[in-house]
Order: sequence, then structure tokens, then C-alpha cells
Amino acid sequence: MQVAEVSRRQFLATTGSAAGAFTFGFAVPFAGAAQAAEAAPEVNAWVIIQPDDTVVIRISRMEMGQGTLTGLAQLVAEELDADWSKVTTEYPTPGENLARKRVWGDFGTAGSRGIRSSTQYVREGGAAARLMLVQAAAAEWKVPAAECTTVRGVISHNLSGRSTTYGRVAAAAAKLPVPQKPALKDPKNWTIAGQSMKRLHQAGKVNGSQVYSIDHKMPGMLNAAIRDCPIWGGKLKSFDASAAQGMRGVKKVVQIDNAVVVVADTWWRAKTALEAVKIEYDPGPHGNLDSRAIDAMLTEGLTAKEAFLGNKNGDIDAAIQGAAKTIEATYSVPYQNHAPMEPMNATALVTADKCEVWTATQNAEAALATASAASGLPLNRCDVHRIDLGGGFGRRATSQDFVEQAVKIAKTMPGTPVKLIWSREEDQLHGCYHPITKCKMTGALDKDGNLVGLRMRISGQSILATIRPQALDKGRDPIVFQGLNAAGPEAQIGYTIPNLLVDHAMRNTPVRPGFWRGVNNNQNAIYLECFMDELAHAAGADPLEFRRRLMKNHPKHLAVLNAVAEQGGWGKPAPKGVFRGLAQHMGYGSYVAACAEVSVSDQGQVKVHRIVAATDCGHAVNPRQIAGQIEGSFAYGLGAAMLQQITLKDGQVVEKNFDTYNCIRMADMPAVDSIIMPSGGFWGGVGEPTIFVAAPAVLNAIFAATGKRVRDMPLKNHDLRKA
Amino acid sequence: MVKLNVNGKTVEVDAEPSTPLLWVLREHVGLTGTKFGCGVAQCGACTVHLDGVAVRSCVLPVAAVGADQKVVTIEGLSKDSSHPVQQAWLDLDVPQCGYCQSGQIMAVAALLKEKPQPTDDEINEAITNICRCGTYNRIRAGVKQAAGVKQA
Repeated sequence: MQVAEVSRRQFLATTGSAAGAFTFGFAVPFAGAAQAAEAAPEVNAWVIIQPDDTVVIRISRMEMGQGTLTGLAQLVAEELDADWSKVTTEYPTPGENLARKRVWGDFGTAGSRGIRSSTQYVREGGAAARLMLVQAAAAEWKVPAAECTTVRGVISHNLSGRSTTYGRVAAAAAKLPVPQKPALKDPKNWTIAGQSMKRLHQAGKVNGSQVYSIDHKMPGMLNAAIRDCPIWGGKLKSFDASAAQGMRGVKKVVQIDNAVVVVADTWWRAKTALEAVKIEYDPGPHGNLDSRAIDAMLTEGLTAKEAFLGNKNGDIDAAIQGAAKTIEATYSVPYQNHAPMEPMNATALVTADKCEVWTATQNAEAALATASAASGLPLNRCDVHRIDLGGGFGRRATSQDFVEQAVKIAKTMPGTPVKLIWSREEDQLHGCYHPITKCKMTGALDKDGNLVGLRMRISGQSILATIRPQALDKGRDPIVFQGLNAAGPEAQIGYTIPNLLVDHAMRNTPVRPGFWRGVNNNQNAIYLECFMDELAHAAGADPLEFRRRLMKNHPKHLAVLNAVAEQGGWGKPAPKGVFRGLAQHMGYGSYVAACAEVSVSDQGQVKVHRIVAATDCGHAVNPRQIAGQIEGSFAYGLGAAMLQQITLKDGQVVEKNFDTYNCIRMADMPAVDSIIMPSGGFWGGVGEPTIFVAAPAVLNAIFAATGKRVRDMPLKNHDLRKA
Repeated sequence: MVKLNVNGKTVEVDAEPSTPLLWVLREHVGLTGTKFGCGVAQCGACTVHLDGVAVRSCVLPVAAVGADQKVVTIEGLSKDSSHPVQQAWLDLDVPQCGYCQSGQIMAVAALLKEKPQPTDDEINEAITNICRCGTYNRIRAGVKQAAGVKQA
């Protein structure tokens, strides 16, 4: 790992989601002027300081492995001048947020926004708390606050030789008004933020004491196992629970919507009894749906007349007609499931006037709204206790279905807490899948091998059409075009092409899509970056040089590409049998590129040896955690590109567990060299962006190694043996 | 009643003989550090030691575990997280979400007992647990650090 030395320009305020970004947050109405119970040592909403100088920083976003919790704490502690060794964190609940007029902002944790869209207000929270603590000490000493300094939780007045700690003045500080818009530090002066601090709360993850949502226990708690109708659009017709009713530990067999649920003293007994329930389904309108039918529908979309416009420049038809050479190729990316290690689960306790939920969710405010709707109780009678996630990747942001089910089950047993745990099979069958798409690419080259026209027709499923139809723009799904947009700070194409047309033939299916780490950038990067490689070869050009000619107006895209090319040894001899591939892309405000090194054996076995990765995320809050996200996103993206495909048969998902839905494991993981090169002046995300480039860089390297172009994911379906 | 030796203590649990050891540990013994991931011995989140050997407890009926066999879970690997694998994990900041790490640590601890200085190929062969966060490279570095191998 290396961190480029760059001058960090003055921070520009960019609160809220950047232009072009989609807001994943679920807005809940304010609960009026509810009075919140103030915790005693709360300096302000973000900072609590206990008498022993422990600093408790409140965290609005969720920790799910991506390091956001530690990064946010660093930003607050930086402005606070806290002693980092005394920092800990706590999660306010969405009910508290509502009661305090959303003082902690948006809880939604998706779209790589956890840090970048809360930097302004969390830093202001830390800075305001520091001013209040200084003010309290200065008042006690009767000296001007401006004469006091703060270092690591200690306030000093050098002129009088006095000093005190934050813990001693916190109670007095808490009574002071909260300063508005306090000045923030220049990132170049950071000593806590910007540093590779270790993650907070790691101890419990190595000795088993970390309590995940699935581990949550309450006195008198029962456990529930569920089997929802596996057919998309199908219904539960009838069930015979007579064999299950008498089984040991079973308390109740209940129907919740189209699901059968067994509640028992232990989850294993509930699951065992559920298997003894005879269930009949009405398959509904899609009982014959299979992958072949979906593929045919998408193929039709590739040449359909009607399509939503994504990006347009010049006259693509004229460019293709006048081209010296045209190249065509069709690509596809299948459904993929998130499959976080911790299966969906939630504990709910419902009484006549209250509904409480304990769960792992990426959007506790959406979970709160779900709990309210499912319990029939108003929002201010419900709350959700947030627990660190055993993986999210967008699954726990897209749908709170597990919360809805848990609350509906608990509602049938008022006063008894019930923990619902999905089996892995349930998780595979009822996912919010990475949407299925195909893409027809047409490129026009002039006689000198320059790209003069590019036509990109995407055909396939829209996430928003199913998940957030209110976010469609006259039927058009804007996030289909992630990374292909003409302009904007969020997800801009990195090439200037004189004649360009990108459009989308929306072809939806009854299979529920969702936001899957990287979302639509993943397939868009595969389509565009693999085709760029095809065009370069067709033009007889070096793929790096071919791209560079189109990137003169895109210096940040180019900078990360150049960085990986240089460190990856592009243009220099590779070890024997090893071949290289390149890719670059922009998304979630960050610029990323990769250079992959791959060998393919005569038997067709692919080995990814190393990937050099670069990211310009504007500001780097914790370089070591960013390196972890780069590695992790590669494992997730490569696993999908190489191994993962959700198929449909008889209206239901075929791949029900990891035996048929495999993941990348230790032996398949490449070495990763991360180049973190924040150029300052903007805030980009880090949890997702690098995932975009892993697959296309590897696919381009496979072509270099074999001469075979893999255009349909996943790789496992292809025979790469030497002819 | 089923008698077990878990983390050096004898426990008696009222579980059906077919109950997987995983669910006996989690729901009868009350040790939730061992995790449920797939239920079909694919992911390894449920890895514990049985007489020092790493086993996937989600498919092991408790009836197949003898009362004299030593079951060790993540909670019993050391008293104070002092096992070299746990120390390496903390030092290298290995966990991301952490959910799979109990299983990873138990698998690695068993490997190092058998092969104190494993090669990369031996690590690949022995550590097949799934980590969806993708911490594999830090796990590998952690194995080597715990084994006392100098990092390049």
C-alpha cells in the first residue's frame, strides 16, 4: 500500500448527496416537537464526554465491515482534538433521531455515502463540542477562550499555567449554546483523520464476544424459522402443520402473508418443525418463468426501437455509416445475490402500545417505518436498536423485509420477543439481486484507428422500477447509466467520444432486484472497458494508448489509469505466461483504475496473480481501511464475475446455497497493490468504487493470455482450454 | 441429556441427538461466537475444534460427539485473546464485518498446530472458509505472522 503525497486543497463544503446521486435514505416524517431525554454528559448531539475523559462519539451511519464507524469517529475526534485512545462510539436509534428532528441526519448507509455525505456536519459537531469545552474552561478560569489551546483532550491556558481535561468541564460545557457553523481544520493539518488508525471495536471480533443481531438474546425470547413462497409472484395456497404442531419446543405455526412460520423455543427446533410442514403454493402468473425466457426478453431489447436516453453526443448513425471499420459485440451480466455471511434476521417485541426491533440494517429509518407499518403503531411508539452487520453489501439497504416479517410474527405473540432467522436457502431464494442486463456495443473507427463513434444499448432490469418507482424520471431509471453520464461529480464517463449514444431498453421481470455493491457501475464498467479493449485491438493500438487519446478532457480518470499502468509495469515484459489487462471507471464520486496480471493454464485454469489498483477518493480519511475496501471489493467483484450466477426455473431461484453459488476463497485471491491518491477538493466513496474495475481488468488480461473474449458472465461457464 | 466437554468444562444439554453441534453450542450452551452461515459445511463460519481438529459444526450431529472429546470454540481458544492467531488478527486489523472470523481463526489455529510453518499452498488448501468482505490477504498475512514467518 502507498499513499501518494498530494497537496490537499481547502475543503469544499458538500453536504448531502452530490448532484446526480440517488438518495437511498428513506424519509420519515418528523414526530413534531417531541422532547428527548437528554443523556447527562452530552456536550452536543455528536459528543458525550464522561467524567473519566472517555469520549463517546455518536455514529449515524452503520458499520458493516466497511470501516465507516471508525472513519466518522476519526473526523469528529479530529475537530474535537480528542485523545484517540479514549474514544468509543454509540449508535443513536432512529426513534431518538426522529424525536430530535433528525439531529443526526440520514442513517442510510449505501451508495458509498457513509462518510462522504456526512463529513460536513459530523466535523462541525466535533468542532462545536471543542469550542463549548474551551468556553466552559475559560469561564471557570475567567480568561478569554481565544487564549486557550486544546491537545488530546486537555485544555490549557499557557499564560496562567492552568490546564484541565474535557471530562472535568463537560458538564458545564453541556449547558452552553451549541455554536453554529464552527470553523473546520484544513485537512492538511489532520492528525487523527487521514491516519491509518486501527478499527474501533475489533477485540470482540477475535474472541467471539461481539454480539451480532443473530446473537441477540432477551429473557423469554422465542425463535422463528420461515419459509416464504419461493415462486416470484406466487402465493401460499395451503399448508398442513399437523406433523409440526406436536414437535418438541414448538409454540406456534403461523401464516404471515405468503410465508409459513414456526415459532419454537430454539431456532433449530423451529427449523426442524418447519421442514415437517406440508406446503402448497399457487404458482401465480410466473410459475413457468426461467432464465431462457428472461434472456429472450433482454435480447429483444437490444434492438428495440424505444429506449430511455442516457448519454448522447454528435450523430452516432452517421459515424457508424461513415466508419472505416465497425466493431460489434454483445455482453451480459446475470443476476447475483448479495449473500452476506450473516443471514437476514431480526428480533421484535410488540406490545399493545410499543414495537421494538433489534436488527442489522443498512437503513434503520426505513426499518423504523417498516416496523410502524407492520405493527400498526405510530412511528413514535416504535424503535429500532441498531447492531453491527455481519455484512450488508446493499441487501440490508434495499429491503427491510426481514423486519416486516419479524414484527408481524411478534405481533401474534404480544409481549414475547421473537427472533426470526432466515436459513441460507431463504436468503438465496428471497434476495434483492443484482439486476440482469445485456448490452450491445457498436464502435466506429476511422482510417487511423481513432474511435469516432460508440453506441451502447443496455437492455435489462431497472432497480428503481421495482424498488423505488417514485424515483423514476418519466419512466426512465437514471441510475442505469452509472459511470456513463456526460457530466456531474458522481459517475461521469472518462472518455470524450465525438459521436456517442447510450440508451436503455428497460425490460423488467418479477424477480426482485436490488442495490448490490457497486450497483449498475459493475456491468457498465465490464461493458465499456472490455469493449474499449476490443476496439484497441481492432485498431491495432495499445489499449493504454488507445484510451489515453480519448481521455485528454478527463485528467482525474487518466491520472488513476496512468498510476496503475506505471506501477503495474504496463508495456514492460511480464513474468513468463503472465498477461496484463487494464480498466478504469468513475463512480460514487471516486476515480478508480486497475491493472490485472493473469495466467491461464493449457487446461483453461485462470489464475489472477496480482491487481494493481488506484483510487482518487478526494480525501482519504483512513488509508489502511481504504486498502481493505479495495481488497475486499476485488474479492466481491471477482467472485461474482468468475463464479456467481442466479438462474431461474419454474419461477424460482435455482442456486440455494454456497454449493451452487460459490464465492471466491483464499486460493483464488490475488495479491493487491493499492495506490491511494487523494487529490483533494472533493469527497468520493471508497466502499464500492474499486469493485468496478476488478472484473474488466481481469477479463482483458484473459483475452491477452488466450485470445478468447469472455462476454457473458460468469467466467465459470466458459471453456478457456488451449485449442 | 447429552454430555459434552466444551472449552474444558463438562456441560449437559437437553438437545435432540440429531441437533448439529453448532446449534447446541449457540442455543443450549449459550456460546454464540460460533456462527451460522450456510448449514451445509460450505462456508466454515461454524468451525470449532474437536480434539484439536477443525470441524464444521453445522453438519455434525451432537450425538456424534463423545463426552470425552474436547470441543473448543472461539471463546475457549484463549482466556484473554492471547492466542498468537488472535494477536496477529488484532495487530493486522484483519476483520471487516467480522462475522466469519471466529471460523477463520479456529481454522487457522488448527492448521498451525498441524503445520507450524505452512506454505502458501498449504494455507490455500487448509483455509477454505468464505469471507464475503474479502479479508483473505490479511488472513494470509495473519497466518504468517502467527507462524512467526517474517513478512517480505
